Amino acid sequence: MSIDVKTAARVAHLARIQVDAQDLPELAGQLSAILGFMEQLNEVDVDGVEPMTSVTPMAAPLRADEITDGGIQERVLANAPDAREGFFSVPKVVE
Amino acid sequence: MGDLNKLTIEAARDGLRAKDFTARELTQSCVDAAESSKPLNAYSVVTADQALTMADAADARLTQGDAPSMCGIPLGIKDLFCTEGVASQAASNILKGFLPQYESTVTTKLWNEGAVMVGKLNMDEFAMGSSNETSCYGPAVSPWRKSGDDAALTPGGSSGGSASAVSADLCLAATGTDTGGSIRQPAAFTGIVGVKPTYGRVSRWGVVAFASSLDQAGPMAKSVKDAAIMLEAICGHDPKDSTSANMDVPDFEAALTGDIRGKKIGIPKEYRLDGMSAEIEALWTEGADKLKAAGAELVDVSLPHTKYALPAYYVIAPAEASSNLARYDGVKYGHRAELTAGDDIDDMYSKTRAEGFGDEVQRRVMIGTYVLSAGFYDAYYVRAQKVRTLIKRDFEQVFEDGVDMILTPSTPSASFGIGAMAQADPIEMYLNDVFTVTVNLAGLPGVSVPAGLDSNGLPLGLQLIGKPWGEAEMLNAAYALEAASGFVAKPEKWW
Repeated sequence: MSIDVKTAARVAHLARIQVDAQDLPELAGQLSAILGFMEQLNEVDVDGVEPMTSVTPMAAPLRADEITDGGIQERVLANAPDAREGFFSVPKVVE
Repeated sequence: MGDLNKLTIEAARDGLRAKDFTARELTQSCVDAAESSKPLNAYSVVTADQALTMADAADARLTQGDAPSMCGIPLGIKDLFCTEGVASQAASNILKGFLPQYESTVTTKLWNEGAVMVGKLNMDEFAMGSSNETSCYGPAVSPWRKSGDDAALTPGGSSGGSASAVSADLCLAATGTDTGGSIRQPAAFTGIVGVKPTYGRVSRWGVVAFASSLDQAGPMAKSVKDAAIMLEAICGHDPKDSTSANMDVPDFEAALTGDIRGKKIGIPKEYRLDGMSAEIEALWTEGADKLKAAGAELVDVSLPHTKYALPAYYVIAPAEASSNLARYDGVKYGHRAELTAGDDIDDMYSKTRAEGFGDEVQRRVMIGTYVLSAGFYDAYYVRAQKVRTLIKRDFEQVFEDGVDMILTPSTPSASFGIGAMAQADPIEMYLNDVFTVTVNLAGLPGVSVPAGLDSNGLPLGLQLIGKPWGEAEMLNAAYALEAASGFVAKPEKWW
């Protein structure tokens, strides 16, 4: 699978990473090379093989549905680039 | 009291208990070594004041008697671990200024035992790299050099700062993390011991996530015994990590008897790569012969899906990274791009991530995004997870056939020059992980042991791969290999 400039732009958008138009051809080339490397996986017969979901056989642990944490608003916001009045602040989302 | 920083954990523990020196003296020695090691760029932060305060607390505890093994031992901590109130940015500009409000489980366990933090250690950005060159702090440098050549070499990656610091005696041991080889490859490059535990043995809580189904933290140390002592301190069940195993922690140090008589050591034919260097080949054969001389039985084994491990890894790890790294959006912590009038929230995300992530991280996030995107998920991601099942099955078959552990080289080469791979295809760098990545995909424990020097005077390592939860047995064989190899070389100080 070769990635063209248009696909590279779409992937960059999906990943929410701004890429300048002039850098897209190089990016497309690099992504194509990596995907080309992955093509080897098509040689493997995977008929009837279950995809791995957990590398160690263990059931997801359950705990009682109780409040075990909270009341730490200041600590939650301590590293925010922009926190106001107890909230994270971002550019306007809804017009 | 010169050169206390050159001690092993074992020797320092005994010296502290015998009152030959204090934890403060030991710590000061490491802090001095760390502060005068700028050319190595191993530390991103040296926490000198905090270290001495912790050392004093350790001394008080040692005076009372009955202090744990790690009490008073100065350690370096990889920048991937969250340490409360101390900069922890995974060597990424996107976490610039981030001061964790909590402490990782691994470091909490170490501090509860009385260990001392000398500082935070350099690494590849978000642990993505094999040479420490993707770090926002610039590359860590190996204390090793080729004989008669002063060109800067890589300590490997991603735990390159940890490897450089331990090898150069800037701490007694360090934490590392290993997603595809990031403890074992740098350990091999710098002549130290590095252990990647069984998946689930060590809590991932508070460790910045790269690929959650592969990540494990582990010790990087000057000897197998030191690695065993430190591993025991960081293991154990943690309800805060749902993949943490609820199992008893063995006494790893007590398991080091050096008696490996009758143990079956598998030699996998698929690890004998085309074009593998004669030196690596010879090292491997000699290592096997040494284990045989110690009473082990060598068995030829086959792990037929080995060649598909790297391509499977480079689907699965970026896929997991792309979702793990979605949290770096300029809202909750770290860097946010300067916005211009009219920028909306999507512009904020994409500008922030373009500025904050380095090239390799951007590449992997985008590859992960692609393989998870509609229409490609089955072809890439699901197929890779099926291949992963087969890779794990290969190992299960070998262990079912009575093999106790597997011996391989740790890396396909010795350390290389910083910048040497600058023009290379990203895949060439990925090949560094060819012998280590299978272990992560199968969730197994692995250890790299220094086994010799190449013709340029650079360290080479051998890897032992254990059964799931078989760290004690694996470390005992590593202990026997270490004794038989008699590796004592140290880098000559130039920094």
